[in-house]
Amino acid sequence: MQVTESVAIDHGLKKEEYFKICELLKRTPNITELAIFSAMWNEHCSYKSSRIHLKKLHTQGEQVVQGPGENAGIIDIGDNDAIVFKIESHNHPSFIEPYQGAATGVGGIMRDVFTMGARPIANLNSIHFGSPQHKKTKNLLRGVVKGIGGYGNCIGVPTIAGQTSFDESYNGNILVNAMTIGLVNKNKIFYSKAAGLNKPVIYVGSKTGRDGIHGASMASATFDDKIDEKKPTVQVGDPFTEKLLLEACLELMEDNSIISIQDMGAAGLTSSSIEMASKGNLGIKLDLSRVPCREDKMSPYEIMLSESQERMLIILENGKENHAKKIFDKWNLDFAVIGETTDSKKIELIFNNSKVAEIPIDLLAENAPVYDRKWKKTKLPQKLKFNKENFKSLNISDCLKKILSNPNISEKKWIWDQYDHTVMGDTIQKPGGDAGVVRVHGTKKAVAASVDSSASYCYSHPLSGGKQVVCESWRNLISVGSKPIAITNCLNFGNPEKEKNMGEFVECVEGITEASKYLNFPVVSGNVSFYNETKDRGIKPTPAIGGIGLIKDYKNMITMDLKDVGNPVYVIGKTEGHLDQSIFAKDILNEKKGPPPSINLCNEKNIGETVLSLIEKKLVISCHDVSLGGILTAISKMCIKGNKGLKINNLKGLTNKYEYFFGEDQARYLVEIPRKNLNKVVEILNNNSIHFDDFGIIQEKNLTFNSDINLPIEELSDAHKYWLKDYMDN
Amino acid sequence: MKSSVIIFPGSNCDRDMDVALKKFGFKNTMVWHDNQSIPKSDLIVLPGGFSYGDYLRCGSIASKSKIIKSVIDFANSGGLVLGVCNGFQILTETGLLPGILQQNKYLNFICKNIFVKIKDKKNKYFKNIKKDILELHIAHNEGNFFCTEAELKNLEDNNQIALTYCSSNGLEDEINNPNGAIKNIAGIFNKNKNVLGMMPHPERMIDKFLSGEDGSLFFENLLGNLK
Repeated sequence: MQVTESVAIDHGLKKEEYFKICELLKRTPNITELAIFSAMWNEHCSYKSSRIHLKKLHTQGEQVVQGPGENAGIIDIGDNDAIVFKIESHNHPSFIEPYQGAATGVGGIMRDVFTMGARPIANLNSIHFGSPQHKKTKNLLRGVVKGIGGYGNCIGVPTIAGQTSFDESYNGNILVNAMTIGLVNKNKIFYSKAAGLNKPVIYVGSKTGRDGIHGASMASATFDDKIDEKKPTVQVGDPFTEKLLLEACLELMEDNSIISIQDMGAAGLTSSSIEMASKGNLGIKLDLSRVPCREDKMSPYEIMLSESQERMLIILENGKENHAKKIFDKWNLDFAVIGETTDSKKIELIFNNSKVAEIPIDLLAENAPVYDRKWKKTKLPQKLKFNKENFKSLNISDCLKKILSNPNISEKKWIWDQYDHTVMGDTIQKPGGDAGVVRVHGTKKAVAASVDSSASYCYSHPLSGGKQVVCESWRNLISVGSKPIAITNCLNFGNPEKEKNMGEFVECVEGITEASKYLNFPVVSGNVSFYNETKDRGIKPTPAIGGIGLIKDYKNMITMDLKDVGNPVYVIGKTEGHLDQSIFAKDILNEKKGPPPSINLCNEKNIGETVLSLIEKKLVISCHDVSLGGILTAISKMCIKGNKGLKINNLKGLTNKYEYFFGEDQARYLVEIPRKNLNKVVEILNNNSIHFDDFGIIQEKNLTFNSDINLPIEELSDAHKYWLKDYMDN
Repeated sequence: MKSSVIIFPGSNCDRDMDVALKKFGFKNTMVWHDNQSIPKSDLIVLPGGFSYGDYLRCGSIASKSKIIKSVIDFANSGGLVLGVCNGFQILTETGLLPGILQQNKYLNFICKNIFVKIKDKKNKYFKNIKKDILELHIAHNEGNFFCTEAELKNLEDNNQIALTYCSSNGLEDEINNPNGAIKNIAGIFNKNKNVLGMMPHPERMIDKFLSGEDGSLFFENLLGNLK
């Protein structure tokens, strides 16, 4: 096929980009070379629109072993143990084919983690769907959940936490973000940087098929009416093979045979081989005739672009080929020596004894386009003036029950029952809590993890929203008694070529950076997903933050369920009653405008650290952060989980009960304090100048407040537990 | 006491089982499916997971693997063989246990705590156990036990039903049947009661920080009975 400008455009390249390629090469590329350029230069692989902004992220910290730029980030958790983790999007494929899209999203992120020598110990996910009324939502949700479960369950890694939301902005673009946490010996970490000349390049895992060709380009484009035609670009996963690959790789990693290793993810063999060579400042020569193929007569073009799953590229020490082959034979996996490292600093591809491509690596990597796209700042919306007279016609109990059954608040048991969350025998906090917690096998330590996002806040004011998500993650980790250490982020946005969308991205990143710097909560890995847009409608900006915290002694972990009748419950942190952008404003008042709650990082830090020390000193025995739906929603969840009631005190200086109960002010926690610890807790809070409210006392069966609320726990529980199940069953 | 856990490609509860057995005092060996023989053992365990990716039918390919003849010989000579989850599926596929495990009635994978009633204590597994109802954990997509009427009659007549799903106070009704299994069956024995297949995972319930501790009871009791 003759390469022309229009062929290049069909490959997702811009006209200028095509001319730049010709100029750099000083000739017209052939079709295979063009394909390689298109794969490396698309948004998904090159980060061309985001790169200059991602540089601003706060990525340093005492415990950071590896920041962004590798397969995953790594943090030190002491005693030579390190945690490898990352979150990644698989949005576009999941909308086209929800089961396979979601499944391979999970498969891909797990490979990123075990490529580094880590055994995956937990999975999480953040999934976002269109309005529940939209005709596609139910099937997409069903398919995505089955896909995530189908893959993770089979591998035998517990899915310990997640987040699900519904918003009409996702009607045409759902989001599926998968996160994996792995455990590695700090001295046995594997990287993707190639080193040494004439080292054998090994292909292992599944055979290469025609699935997923152009997957990365598809993920870098917006959708239109013809998306079903894109089905062949979705990869098909086989978790069984991945399980074998995981065990085989970890077995080979036990000695020093591997120089470097990289999974074949987006853009398959192309990006893995080029990244390894580029990082090592080397060349790489591959004989594509030796690549194990699933189908006959695959062309070099297809082999290089295939996104078949469960494949790895390894650079071995010379002479280790037989040893490695034995291990892969044992696990019944393909193994082929397909090339070697060279000093040419080029990628050279041979097929049937003739050279089919030759490109200097720096043209693909360092010379990839970088754009400083135009962007627009979002002004902070004016704060709304609610007419409190209107509140008088409301009934608090009815409002509460409505909020508890809101699709974004209601319990997601229908989902997590389908995920194996207890395999590996170390899950000590299951889904449904503030964070999932797994023990570090065989030690006293435990790792807590949470994944959060707040698209409405980010849409209303990206800068505040960006900060808020980081704080939310930090609070969730603290609420289970863990010290927050680091985060991974999955930045889901609309079309970066539009100033508004680009502005949302830039300002969210700025917010994330500000908060993570202040809280010493660095970003160590992540991924950007742009072009979440269908027929010109973009999603709300949805940065998802995956946070990791450490519990030194897992026996100190706490949960949110109320424990003992007679214990007081305090609200720690000040409630101003911010209703703009709250669930109450949207669901009850039908008011979607206004700014999100403001973030005071100084308070956030002071309060968070104090609450953590109260937990560590065992002065409080239940804890839950206050987020969506405000205090009354938060306490209801604590009541439901513990099957206990609460008598809410007659609160001093309460200006408006709706604002107090449903406001979504930040930096607040609800804690249960055993009576004997009360003086000590009050003293610590006072010493740290932290505002608190003596909120109520745990009682048997009902949630009560003056004459306004008297709700049996079963009634709260019914409101909270069944929305999703009923929705899926009907 | 010596135990052996067989690892098939795709097994994923093998380590959990190893941890549990060792915790309660078994000297456990892990045995690769491609081996011909099994070291001398008092108990052989087929662990949970997705052996051979559940391809063809759950447990079907594993039931034809190299090691399985030794497992069958061991069972036929009276040795104790325990199959949990996928291990149970494999045991039905080998014919050591009757019946099959179909896809769950509601077509979804289920991971949650459940209660089971111990239906027979005249066997090495449950003799002397202090409770009648255990809280255990299930995690499966194909746990819906089914068999012919004749097979069911045999199971009942010979007291081969080991465990049934029930409520916390022992009610064996449909609401407490998580997967649609016939007669709420969660586990069965062979005729001699040396082979036990069960869907629930006792190895996931072995300390108070996990889903519960009734798994500890199961293993402690089993070890006691073997001594």
